[in-house]
Amino acid sequence: MKGADYILKRVGFALVTIFVAVTINFALFRLAPGSAVTNLARVPHATPETRLAIKRQFGLDKSKLTQYRIYLVQLMHGNLGVSFANSQPVRDNLKTALINTIPMVLLGTMFAIVIGTLTGVIAAWRRGTGAEAASVTTALGFYSMPTHWLGLMLVILFAGILPTGGMSNEFLINPPFWTHVKDLAAHITLPALTLGLVLFGEYTLIVRSAMLETLGEDYILTARAKGLRPGAILRKHALRNALLPIATLVALSLGYIVAGAILVETVFSWPGIGRAVYDAVLQRDYPMLQGAFLLLTVSVVFFNLVADLLYFRLDPRISE
Amino acid sequence: MSVALREPGAVIESEPIRSRRGVVWETIRRRPSALAGAVILSVIILGALLAPWIAPYDLHTQVGPVFGAPSWAHPLGLDDGGIDMVTLLMWGARVSLLVGFAATLVSMLIGGTVGLLAGYFGGKTDTILMRITDYFLVIPDVPLMIVVAAIWGPSLFHIIIVIGILLWTSTARVLRAQVKSVRELVYVKRARSLGASHTRIVLRHVLPQVAPLLIASTVLTIAVAIFDETALAFLGLGDPSRISLGKMIENAFQRAAISTGAWWAIVPPGVLVALIILACSLIGGALEDALNPRLRVAHLSARTFRLRPLVGRGEEAV
Repeated sequence: MKGADYILKRVGFALVTIFVAVTINFALFRLAPGSAVTNLARVPHATPETRLAIKRQFGLDKSKLTQYRIYLVQLMHGNLGVSFANSQPVRDNLKTALINTIPMVLLGTMFAIVIGTLTGVIAAWRRGTGAEAASVTTALGFYSMPTHWLGLMLVILFAGILPTGGMSNEFLINPPFWTHVKDLAAHITLPALTLGLVLFGEYTLIVRSAMLETLGEDYILTARAKGLRPGAILRKHALRNALLPIATLVALSLGYIVAGAILVETVFSWPGIGRAVYDAVLQRDYPMLQGAFLLLTVSVVFFNLVADLLYFRLDPRISE
Repeated sequence: MSVALREPGAVIESEPIRSRRGVVWETIRRRPSALAGAVILSVIILGALLAPWIAPYDLHTQVGPVFGAPSWAHPLGLDDGGIDMVTLLMWGARVSLLVGFAATLVSMLIGGTVGLLAGYFGGKTDTILMRITDYFLVIPDVPLMIVVAAIWGPSLFHIIIVIGILLWTSTARVLRAQVKSVRELVYVKRARSLGASHTRIVLRHVLPQVAPLLIASTVLTIAVAIFDETALAFLGLGDPSRISLGKMIENAFQRAAISTGAWWAIVPPGVLVALIILACSLIGGALEDALNPRLRVAHLSARTFRLRPLVGRGEEAV
């Protein structure tokens, strides 16, 4: 029954991490330097009465512990507060933003995983040749570029050919279905490509070292000695085993994906979570910022848990 | 592999214990990629340090039209305030490198302490410290940095602290593993039995052994810190009174350098950041490759590794 034990442990860890994140989130905004009233409600030159009213309204006259309890209870009910910027519930704002972000990030990440795995495997398999040097150099190059700067370079290169901002052409009113799809596809290309290229660099390097490690194992030597075809060794013996560390490392790069999404969406005015974070920072819209931070953290923790469980499924050695 | 069949004691041929001093330079000197990285980084650091003396123009004086095109007098053109780009790049690199190095120093202090304590004392200390590290590892850095920077307000000092307190996790983990193995070495045990205090053992015997790896980790952290500074500046969280490379990219983006066609205002600062990160990655990667026993073994077989460490050396030393 070791398996159940393992799963329970990982789920427990994820839950505690989320709790820690929630607490950090509370502490950062409530215990921040400066008056909570000015932080929360941005009212310059308010009369003492107004201040008191605001304090009451936000429950700031209660003790920190009570405030924390209220915060937790509200959070359980899915209440993330109201955005300063557009007076809408933060939850609704985030939901719209999340729906816009997912396809873009998914497309970019898929691109990076496919191309990155391919070049990484080639680099490891052809160790010491020009192919390795070329793929490692390219990967390191993309890895070194600041994400938003790479996006701006693509804007310069493709301006006029592909749309460089927004999610759809606002001048198309009730377009036919296919025109709309084509329009969306054109808009998603550059942001997804930017994210994909940056991640591609990272993944190539990860896959290469995971493959090199596997290729050094004795069972590869055995397979060679048995006279198996190189292609079969690569696919059945090396790649399958290298997939394990790759899966974990891809999961660990999630924080990197999140950072990339924030920068990419800012460059391309993509109306997703990242852009919401940027706007919230510019307008000092604290409830929105708080909500977005929580959403990003929870999703990273969640996908880490998924990766852990996947690893458990893939590697029978863990359950032994 | 044939090694597996021999007696454990016979495997010490691996390599002589190198003198600690000079390990870092020796590694860099031997690998062309690391050497290239060191040269690039040195040139950039030199340019940044000498900015007050060799920068061609004044940092705050408009010397031509807004977004003036590159010319003989201004090889990289002018920025949105009509200031010479070469001058800006030198001063900008100065601020970016300052943030990179200072933030890394903060994270080295935290990560180094956590790694040393967890690895050296083991047991409960280890469990607690590593749990905390795990939490920090999972929570995404950049959003947390954005939140903290947004609340604290933009200033160079805040940015350094924010980046520093969030980047220490990998250092702590790498160091902990290394300290754990050093702790078991015979001369450390001997020092303990002679009655040396923990402080003395850590400072005199453990720290010098793990220092090269700490340096490798430092160089890699500098790259991340500089990337983070660029990202924060781009999101409007940079120090408004200091011009850094990240701030230059943000300014150019905000003031529509692209639609004006002024590529020279936006390409060079990014290239410079990419070069710094590339150089740090090359140096750090090579050092880690050479110094981290786990990675060194990655290119051999797993079995040679299991037999090699500690056992042989221990018996010989006794």
